[in-house]
Formats: sequence, C-alpha cells, structure tokens
Amino acid sequence: MSRYFTEDHEWVDVDGDTGTVGITDYAQGQLGDIVFVDVPDEGKTFAKGDDAAVVESVKAASDIYAPVSGSVIEGNAALGDTPGLVNEDAEGEGWMFRLTLSDPGELDGLMDEAAYEAFVAKL
Amino acid sequence: MSINQSGWRPEAPQTGNADAPTFTGNRALMLEEPLIFEIGSTETTGVDFDDSGAPAQGHKLGNLVRTAPIGLPGLSEPEAVRHYTRLSRQNYAIDLGLFPLGSCTMKHNPRLNEKVARLPGFADIHPLAPVDTVQGALGVINELAFWLIGLTGMYGVAMSPKAGAHGELCGILCIKAALEKRGEGHRKVVLVPESAHGTNPATAAFAGFTVEDIPATAEGRVDLAALKARLGQDVAAVMITNPNTCGLFERDMKAISDAVHAVGGYVYCDGANFNAIVGRVRPGDLGVDAMHINLHKTFSTPHGGGGPGSGPVVLSEALAPFGPLPFTARYEDGHIRLIEEETAGEDHPDSFGRMTAFHGQMGMFTRALAYILSHGADGLKQVAEDAVLNANYMLRSLDDVLDAPFGPSGPCMHEALFSDEGFAEGFTTLDVAKALIDEGYHPMTMYFPLVVHGAMLVEPTETESKAALDQFIGALRSVAARAKTGDESLKTAPHFAPRRRLDETLAARKPVLVWSDPALAQAAE
Repeated sequence: MSRYFTEDHEWVDVDGDTGTVGITDYAQGQLGDIVFVDVPDEGKTFAKGDDAAVVESVKAASDIYAPVSGSVIEGNAALGDTPGLVNEDAEGEGWMFRLTLSDPGELDGLMDEAAYEAFVAKL
Repeated sequence: MSINQSGWRPEAPQTGNADAPTFTGNRALMLEEPLIFEIGSTETTGVDFDDSGAPAQGHKLGNLVRTAPIGLPGLSEPEAVRHYTRLSRQNYAIDLGLFPLGSCTMKHNPRLNEKVARLPGFADIHPLAPVDTVQGALGVINELAFWLIGLTGMYGVAMSPKAGAHGELCGILCIKAALEKRGEGHRKVVLVPESAHGTNPATAAFAGFTVEDIPATAEGRVDLAALKARLGQDVAAVMITNPNTCGLFERDMKAISDAVHAVGGYVYCDGANFNAIVGRVRPGDLGVDAMHINLHKTFSTPHGGGGPGSGPVVLSEALAPFGPLPFTARYEDGHIRLIEEETAGEDHPDSFGRMTAFHGQMGMFTRALAYILSHGADGLKQVAEDAVLNANYMLRSLDDVLDAPFGPSGPCMHEALFSDEGFAEGFTTLDVAKALIDEGYHPMTMYFPLVVHGAMLVEPTETESKAALDQFIGALRSVAARAKTGDESLKTAPHFAPRRRLDETLAARKPVLVWSDPALAQAAE
C-alpha cells in the first residue's frame, strides 16, 4: 500500500484498485476545529478534481476534491457523529471515503510523502 | 451637642474581597440577565384578555387551528421593557464608543438625520399611497438620486436595493441583461481580485457566473498585468473593491477599466469604501459601469443592529437602461412620477425587473439626504479627508508595535491593516480581539482580508476625535505588547465581560437553538 498527496492537501492510500481518501494533518491544522463533515454516498462517481466531500470548521467550509477518478465504495460514517476525528487523526481514523480507482495512471501526477512535506514547507 | 442618631457613620472605604459572590449574581450595574423564558411564566400574562371574546366558533383555519398553548412567557410591560434594556447594556454600540470594525465604516449617526426621518410626512406614509399625496417623499428619493449621481459622476441610479450585497446583485443583473441584449450571454466569467470584498464572488456566483481570482501585487493592489493577461471574450465583468480591503486606493483603476472595456466587459466597483473618496474622486471618471453605495456607511445611516441597510447602485450610460423598476422621474412641471411596470411603457423596456416590492429604504433615504445637505459638497470632501487622516494616524501610531504589511505601500485610505507577525508563539489575533473586549472596545475586523496572516483591520472613521483615537491606540498598543511578550492571561481573555471566552467549536457542533423548559425536559426523561 502506498500513500499519495495532492497540492490541495488530500491524501489517498492505494491498495490494489481501492483508494482511501482524507485530508492531511497540515490541512486540519489550518482549518481549526472541524464541526461537520459531509461524505459522499456509495456509488457516486467522481472525475479527478471533482468536489467530493465538504468539511466545515469554525473558520470556513471547504470542498474536498477527489484526488483520483473513481466510484465511491463507502463514506466514513463515523464522521457524522464525531467530525473531530479529522482533527485527532486526519491521516488515519479521520479518513473520508473509499473509492474504486477508474484510472490508476492518475496517481503518477500526485506527490509522495517526501514531496508533500517539501511542498508544505514552502507554504 | 445635639447628635443625629440616624446610624450613618461616614468612614473611608475598606478594601475587601472584590470577588465575593452576590446573592443575585449581578455585579452592581453588570446584571446577570436570564432568558426571557426564564423570567415570565407561561401560565401568566401581562395583559388581561376577555375569554368570551375569543373566536371559538366560525374560524376558517380548519385543522390548522392551534389546540395546545404556544408556551410564550407572560410578562408585564415593565418586565419586558427591563429585560431588553438590561440586555442592551451588555451590548456595544457606536453611541457608546469607537467601533473599529474595518470595512464597516461605523461612524456616528447624526441626530439631525433622526429628527428628519421622524417627520410624519416621511415616517407615516404608505408605499401604495397615491403619488400625488406623497410628492415630498418622492422628492426626497429624487433629490438623493441626483446627489448620488453627481457625487459619483455616473449616468443613473437604482435606488431600491436594500443593502450592499443586494446592490451588488442589482449591478451584476444589469450587466447580465446588457450582455444578453448584445447577444453575448456566453460571457460567463467574472474576475475578482484577492483584495475584493468576500460578497463580490458570492454575488457573481449567485447570478450564474464563474468566478476567477486575480492575484494582488506585493504592495496589496490588483496585479494589472495578471488581470490583462486573463481578459478575453469570455469575460463578462471585473468586480473591484476600491478603495480595497487592504485599505489602499487602486491607482490603476482607469487602466483596468480601459482594458476591460476594450474586450467588451463591464466594470463593477464595490463602493462600500466610498467614504474614503467621496467628494474627491468620481468613480464615473475612472470608467466604472456600476457601483453600489452603502448609505449606512458613507452617508451615516445607522447599521450594525440599528439598520436597516440601503444600497443604491449608480450606473453608467451603458447599463442604466437595464436598471430595476421602480424609479422616480421629475417632469418639467415639477411633478414627480414613479416609473413602474404599468407606466414604464416604451421609456424603459430593457429593465431586468424588480429588486424589491417598493421604492427602497425610505427611512434611510431621508437620513442620507439630511446628512448630505447638512454637509454640502465641501463638507463631504472633508469627510473623506478626515477619514483618511484618522486612519493614517492610527496606522502610524501603531506600526512600531504591530506589523503593517502594506505600510511601505504609502498612505492608507480609510482603514489600517495589521498582521500577527511578531506575536509570541501560540498567541493569535483572536487573543488580541478578546483582550480588546476587556479594554471596553468592540474588536476590530479580524482574519480579513485573507491575503494577510492574522489580519487586523481597523477603521476609525472621521467622526472620532483625536482623544478618542489616542485612547484606542493606547489600548491596542498595550494588548499588542502583551501578545508579543506572551502574557498568558491574554489566552483566557475576556476576563471582565458578562461571559468569558466562548467555546465556538461546541457552539457549532452542538448548537442549542431552542429553549426548553427544564422542568418539562426533566419530566420527559
């Protein structure tokens, strides 16, 4: 399994043709306390870059973009009652949705962890 | 000697325990006011109704008639008056002190305006009154329209929009109608610089346009080269706030307008900050096609709880034919007519429609015209000059303790912008804002504009004296110094407000929006 990052601060863990998507720890730190997460329903399909989920913090509502194209297997239901999971464990328990990748080739355009760290360091 | 034995024995006050609780929870004039539901009983009423008068029979509500009590608290008149008066004492208002909210122009509301607005001929009329019976009121609208056109150098004005963002929508709908008339409804892009008000992109999106950002230069103004590079046949309009939210005048405004017009687009100017340039700059001379004017900012009508707002939109010759109905027109015989759908006829066939049911905010029109006429053209020019002078005094009195990112860009206009650069680790703009509450001030605008980290935007307005400015500067200097040295007590401010720092996260995650009777809630469990 390997993890990829976008410049919009989403991460995607890829295992075979299944991807798990969330936002990075850096992103949750910038947003502040998250009060609501709207995750997509099973079966929804996204093209890369589509609005896929919404996080609301006390500060702002932000769209989460699909880092790769695919169709949703499940949204993280736990976030409905405990949106704070994103603050506590953004890159683990705070995942947002899983999807079946329709074009694994898109992963080539994403960053690995070291590249993302370097990207964030420049912000 | 004869001795007064009343028991009164004057002596010097002792210092005691200042934190000792009181029986009521009140702290002298700082009152611990319960909710209105907790004062009045739902079983009592302040007014005696005659039960026999209730229309038990013959109503036409069908199954919609209420069968259970609504549960409103019953209060006597003095109880109700005292409740709201007590609450008002926990509030902050322009009548209590300097109100530094940047971009909001919280200036004094002259009492002369209020006197004029309360004249029965203005205050006690109905919008459907026959026009022959309300010529004076229509004359006020017409006269104010004349002044707004003159002060902005524009061609026409739509008076009916009810606030700034409503005015933006009016202007954008004029642009949309003009494009469709030209057969260029395919133009879908509205360009919005980073230094514009947040309502601008919202307005454009609401009207069905696609919003694209234009970056700012390092000195806080629109990047003209980037704007020009993006212009094309798909661009409907540019929305620019001038003076902008960094408190700076967009010096390239004429060049921007010329470039936008050259590709067939329109220029919308957010005039919320017109206070800084009224009487000195006419937006019409800068190529603006539409601009809203916040009467509740520049022209001193009350807002921030005392509203309502009012946002007339001045229009260029290109856009005026598309402006909304109704509007007033003075005929050669001095008679003023109201141009509406039935009467517009062939005179105004391209109007995009109506923004409001009636003429607009009449109560604000009377106040704004009273303000304009009491100042005169020369007085309004001085308004702008004094507003800019006060803001620059604020900027230069604080830029040694607070980072002023655009301080080197030259004089500011109506407001001074600072960042959180230099605060001790873990100390934020929010801490400074909360501490200002302890100092007895409403906090400044914070975290806006977005282009500055931890932004603090301070707009003193021209109605503050130097003494009032100096006191606020002293307070902000003191708080800023605490933020820089890392004074831990700042993290828990406010300490002296009726409530301490609120848990905004809990309030957003588990908002309590409806009062429920604790006794009933307990019974239900």
